[in-house]
Formats: sequence, structure tokens, C-alpha cells
Amino acid sequence: MQVMFPSTYKVQRFIKETHYTFTIELKSLESRNGFSFEPGQFNMIYIFGVGEIPISISGDPNKSGILVHTTRAVGTVTKQMAKLKKDDIVGIRGPFGKPWPVKEAIGNDVLLVAGGIGLAPLRPVIYHLLSNREYYGRIILLYGARTPQDILYRKELEKLRSRLDIDIIVTVDRAVKNWTGNVGVVTTLIPRAPFDPLNTIAMICGPEIMMRYTIVELIKRGLSKENIYVSMERNMKCGVGFCGHCQYGTEFVCKDGPVFNYKEIEHLFGKREI
Amino acid sequence: MESLEKILVQHPFVEGLPSEHISLIVGCAKNAVFEPGKYLFKENDEANNFYIIRSGKVAIEIYSPEVGSIIIQTLGEGDIIGWSWMVPPYQWRFDARAVELTRVIELDATCLRNKCESDPRLGYELMKRVANVFEQRINAMRLQLLDLYGRK
Repeated sequence: MQVMFPSTYKVQRFIKETHYTFTIELKSLESRNGFSFEPGQFNMIYIFGVGEIPISISGDPNKSGILVHTTRAVGTVTKQMAKLKKDDIVGIRGPFGKPWPVKEAIGNDVLLVAGGIGLAPLRPVIYHLLSNREYYGRIILLYGARTPQDILYRKELEKLRSRLDIDIIVTVDRAVKNWTGNVGVVTTLIPRAPFDPLNTIAMICGPEIMMRYTIVELIKRGLSKENIYVSMERNMKCGVGFCGHCQYGTEFVCKDGPVFNYKEIEHLFGKREI
Repeated sequence: MESLEKILVQHPFVEGLPSEHISLIVGCAKNAVFEPGKYLFKENDEANNFYIIRSGKVAIEIYSPEVGSIIIQTLGEGDIIGWSWMVPPYQWRFDARAVELTRVIELDATCLRNKCESDPRLGYELMKRVANVFEQRINAMRLQLLDLYGRK
């Protein structure tokens, strides 16, 4: 792979997830072996003539033929991405970054805490854990969305909830009529989530303030800082630690992250000027 | 009463309390069940009870004439409901509605307040525990107000 030169991919499928989030499924136009990645890694997606942005890979790491990305239409590039149609061409550089610690979690309970679109980077972890189910203890997903309409991968979550080997608890910040599920921020689910705090690896993805409060609750429940991992978001340009756009203290989010062990970045986490 | 004491002793809210304090609390307690849709209490009612949820789900709601009832938070197993029983004028500030079949331990607020007055150690312990819940709920509500997940 030439890290600075994008490969071309064709849009195979465009899925509108919620009113402002969407998923694109991409297939390589180049005759090379299937794209492989680890859960938590990201790609730089190039919309030709517009620009390039980092987006986590949200597909199944065991399926190498199709590359899946979920994002939200908020900036110049993602707003153009939201207009993509089948057979449109995009550029891809990647995969980049350090993945979630799925190997280190073997033999432990795994707690995933996702807020909003933060569920997308954790989705490959869910696929991985479920396809290697015998190696893990309890698997718990706590997911918080803004409203019931903003719940990402709703059908997939409903299907997963029928399984007996994963606990999924969803909450929304704002309810609407007829909603009989949980209401309240995702941190409120932690005190009653069914995991063993002494043998649990927690992986958190969402807005930084949500991760900060989640960590407070996890530590209250008895998790050690070494067993907590977070995924950071920064403005990334090169993806390989050359440009310094994503510098986070002495770390670069693009190559030392986006997944960090909380203990390692505790001194930086929550600082306003980083 | 023995079975109620056994149930209560396992609840996170009273976890770690000395047995004499648990016995005092049990003296004010009874079991109660609320069918889905039934209100445990409504805003401005006198806060005559205090609830410890054993199972089920309760929606804490606030009523706005323009919008109707808005759910602020749902509470479930392991949670307690309300601190208005402890703070004058002992009046509920929200509605509490059972979303599903909910089993609670219902504590008589006057009985509990009297015991807290006559045994300040019990009073202080309960105050700390209620204050802890209060702090968690305030933090949760602050996060909710931030609208973390972005604009519509």
C-alpha cells in the first residue's frame, strides 16, 4: 500500500441509517487481495474534488470483500458523501491506527459503551467478539442515543438482542411518546450493567465528555484504569504521523491511536487546550 | 418481616449498613407492586413514601401544558426513587409512573424521618446515600442538557 496515494473504490450500496447518518459499502476497483483491517482502525476517505476525512471502519473484519463506513453529514466532505450514489467512485487510504484490544480482552468480560455515532467504530468489535464467542466472558453493550429515531443500526441491534450471549442495553436522552425503553444518559446504565469489574475490559467510544463521565462511573464500579480503552477523535490529515494535525500531547491520534489505553493518556484526557 | 429484611439487605442502597439500622428501616417498610401505567406519585403530592426498586422500570416525568408528559429518566432494579421525602416541604417535584410491572419496597417517609431524627447515625448514613444518588442524577441531567450527540 502506498500510504499517501488513495486506492479507488466504488460505492456498492448507500444506506440511510437515521436522518443524518448513513453507511456506505465500498468495493475495490483494483485487482488486489481483499482489504483487511482490525476493529477500531480507520480509513482516510477521499471525495475527489472536495477533500479527505478520517472515518472509522464499521464493517465486519472477517469479511474482506466489502468495506463499510458509517458517518454523519456535518462537514464539507461528509455532506458530499451523503449525496453518493451506487457506482460513484471514492478514494481510500488505509487502514490506519491502533485497534481495540480484542486480543488482550480474551478470557475477560467485555463492556462496550457507545454514545451516538460512537457505535460505528465499536461495531467491528461486536462482530469479532461474536465470531470468537468462546474466548470471552460476558459481552455487554451499553448504547446511548439522542432520541429513539437516532438509534444507529436499529434492526441489527434488535436482532442481536434476541441472542442469549450478548447483553444490549439502549437508552435515549430524550424520549418520545410510546417509547418504553430507558431514558437517561448512557452513564446511568453502568451501575446496573451485568459485568465483573475485576475481570472486565471496557471499550468506550463517543463524545469526549461522555467518555469522561463513563470513566468516572466505571472506576466507581471497580474497574482499573488499565482496563479502560477510549477512542479519540482529532483532525487528521496524513494518517501516518507526518503532519502533526492530530497531535495529542506527545501522541499522534492517527498512529498512536485512535484507540488509547486510558491509563496512558489519563494526564491528557479532559485537558481543554490539547 | 424476615423475608423483607433479606430482600432489603441485598439492595445496593442499603448495602453495608449495620444490621440494627437495617432493622430500623425494615420497621417502616412494606412490599408494593405497580402495574404498567400506574403512578407511584404525582408532582405536588405529599412525599409520604420513599421507594427502593426491586424489579421493573419507572419513568420520572415532568408535565408541561404545551408538550404533555416528558420522561426525564427511567429508573430500574437497584435504583431508589426520590429524595423529596427527606427535604422540606416534603412534596414530590416530578411524576413517577411504572412503565412495566414494578416491584418496590415502599418505606413510610414519616416513620423513616422520625427514626433518622432519633438516631442521627442512621440519619447521616441515609443522607449520604441519598446525596450520592442526588449527585448522580444531577450529573446525568447536566449531560442530557448538553445534547452531546449533535444537532438534528
